[in-house]
Amino acid sequence: MTDITTKTCDVAVIGGGPSGLSAAITLKQAGVKSVVVLDREAVAGGIPRHCGHPPFGLAEFKRILTGPEYAKRIVKKAQQEGVEIALKTTVVLLEKQGRLTLVSPDGTSQLLAKRVLLATGTRETPRSARFVSGNRPIGICNTGALQSMVYLKNMVPFRSPLVVGTEIVSFSALMTCKKAGIKPVAMIEQNTRPSVQWPVYYAASFFGVPLRRKTRIVEIIGGNRVESVIIAGGNGKEEKIPCDGVLFTGLFTPESSLARMSHLALDPDTGCPLVDNNGRCSDPVYFAAGNVIFQPVKVAGKCWQSGIRIARAIVDDLSG
Amino acid sequence: MKSGGQVISTDVAIIGGGVVGCAVARRMALAGASVVLMEKAPDILDGASKGNSAILHTGFDAPVDSLEWQCVQNGHQEYLEIHKSLNLPLLKTGAMVAAWTEEEEARFPGILEKAHKNQVNDIRQLSQAEIHKLEPHLAGNVRAALYIPREYVIDPWSAPLAYLLQAIENGGQALFNAEVTAGGYDGEHWLLDTPQGQVRAKYVVNAAGLYGDIVDTRVLGDSEFVIKPRKGQFVVFDKAAGNLINSVILPVPTKITKGIVLFPTIFGNMMVGPTAEEQESRDDASVDTATLNALHEQALRMLPALKGIPVTATYAGIRSATEQPEYRIREEPERNWITLGGIRSTGLTAALGIARHVETLLKGFGAAFEKRQNPVVSRVPNLANHLSRDCHTPGYGEIVCHCEMVTDREIKAALSGKMPAGSLSGLKRRTRVTMGRCQGFYCSARLAELTEDKFETPLSVGEAHD
Repeated sequence: MTDITTKTCDVAVIGGGPSGLSAAITLKQAGVKSVVVLDREAVAGGIPRHCGHPPFGLAEFKRILTGPEYAKRIVKKAQQEGVEIALKTTVVLLEKQGRLTLVSPDGTSQLLAKRVLLATGTRETPRSARFVSGNRPIGICNTGALQSMVYLKNMVPFRSPLVVGTEIVSFSALMTCKKAGIKPVAMIEQNTRPSVQWPVYYAASFFGVPLRRKTRIVEIIGGNRVESVIIAGGNGKEEKIPCDGVLFTGLFTPESSLARMSHLALDPDTGCPLVDNNGRCSDPVYFAAGNVIFQPVKVAGKCWQSGIRIARAIVDDLSG
Repeated sequence: MKSGGQVISTDVAIIGGGVVGCAVARRMALAGASVVLMEKAPDILDGASKGNSAILHTGFDAPVDSLEWQCVQNGHQEYLEIHKSLNLPLLKTGAMVAAWTEEEEARFPGILEKAHKNQVNDIRQLSQAEIHKLEPHLAGNVRAALYIPREYVIDPWSAPLAYLLQAIENGGQALFNAEVTAGGYDGEHWLLDTPQGQVRAKYVVNAAGLYGDIVDTRVLGDSEFVIKPRKGQFVVFDKAAGNLINSVILPVPTKITKGIVLFPTIFGNMMVGPTAEEQESRDDASVDTATLNALHEQALRMLPALKGIPVTATYAGIRSATEQPEYRIREEPERNWITLGGIRSTGLTAALGIARHVETLLKGFGAAFEKRQNPVVSRVPNLANHLSRDCHTPGYGEIVCHCEMVTDREIKAALSGKMPAGSLSGLKRRTRVTMGRCQGFYCSARLAELTEDKFETPLSVGEAHD
């Protein structure tokens, strides 16, 4: 199509979360002229926007912030450094030579970037991909959906869910539940030990949620809305627990769909784009940073550092 | 009678808002009849029609000289005639019957003969080179394959929506949460009770699908068939798998089942399914881990390149089979009643043909309508991945569901108009919202806000509070 406008830039950063913004800031500080962050949401900041609890920002700002405070702060810093942030802008296609196809409310366009950084982050594995048995009623979601509902819209998807998983994010979910007046009926973990080395017994009991180890979800039961779940303990004995929702936490999977749909190579085991030590993808014009290349997933501060490190490699590459 | 007191008079009353009911409503409205469709759920497609393989069949393997074959042929033909005007998509995939064993290959002559009897004369056997060229990713041990060029893939939810919308645009009416609880015939008119009021009709078409026998027993006093629900589970793969196959990959059918199919969807995904599981329940569309794992493994065996490609969704549909394999059409000319029973997996294709058959039957009953002149032709929004979507037209506000590129504008449109979504699943079928790879991780909050106070079962159960 000839009527599609094509713009150019030095570096296009896909994703305006901690790693994307820290990379963009680092690039500007190193003297790279035009750095554009493309974010599909109406507000930049990434996942921390809806993690309404501390601790964020310790490494970056030497103080403890909540997720939303942290998100605002990193966006402001990027703007101060002269980073252009294009919101409501979805990258739909990656092609060779750094050619990106963008869709925004203004129309479809193309962006030609000397280098492209994928900073598209991560998300939790939904119920469907876990092959959990049962009906498919309303009231089943991931932590991301719960937290965005609570912190962005002041809504709750359930009042007494079962929580599946004991990763760090699972305890973040418990904090959100407490804030929102949600009382989980139990928190279950398939393994003998919880996934995090925190004082989890203390944490779960602090939130008043029974923690059950060596327990898996067998079936979800419900009509329009979740009514109960069947869980099985280590001895295989099944138990039906009434609840009005199921919260599937963790099991993070990289949000690498764009790379997967493109010419870039992926690690078949992790689903992350294949990168070298400098975060460089199989096409040397493309780089990746942050949680899209981390398995297991890392906290915002680590993503921030990853953005800085990969941005320096991009600077070297552009000047070399 | 505890209805709201209203009595709606109509020529033709249709019980059931599945694909068959919607197609009959359209056909009869265009024929000039006044029509009222009654659906017990808050939206159309709540039963068997919500989960199918979305294939537009040629009828190559239908029972020879059967009504089913006739309806499939007519339905296929009419879909091709009307789909552009209604803005319904068509993916010209073709289908391949793949034989993996000598025993399966030995059945080819029989399949060919049946196809020819069914006037599907463009079926042909492929050479190994052709198989490989057409489906380079298919596992290398395919022995032989037949190719049926006119088996296509369509949008299984927009099509019935378009049919009913056209009925409504041409004077029809649809009632939801309107289960037919009782009915009586006075020799001239039917009076059907629903929670939304009474419907007074000259003719009644029972298209209640999984509940067809129950409705007949309830209103006529008996049923000529018994519904034997047959569940089919499906696994939907990420859009990254969408280009791994080009055609619908059919196994060689056995006497019992058509078998597990690997097929592209109109939305850009790839799917495997359905299973065929007899069950008592007419509404339990639950999935189970063992079956999903088995489907997943089977898909990987047929298509090794699927390895590592994530699963987007899983679901189950329930076919309204009966104790016999054929369509179960009951004609009651003395009472002006038609029952369309036992419409199974071919229903999506056959619906337009069945509707034509209904018109013929009603004429036989003595019905005379004046064909509607210059009928309204209404277009439905396109959801097909290979065609322009709403997000490709500027001014859409913002994208709410990123995985499926669903805009704020199209969600708002689906919540209003002449056929607004009546439930969250109805909204999903109209827009694809939350049906993508993240299953609502990113968009649930915005969707909860957009749909607040719209549905009886909402996404949000209330406010968050400390």
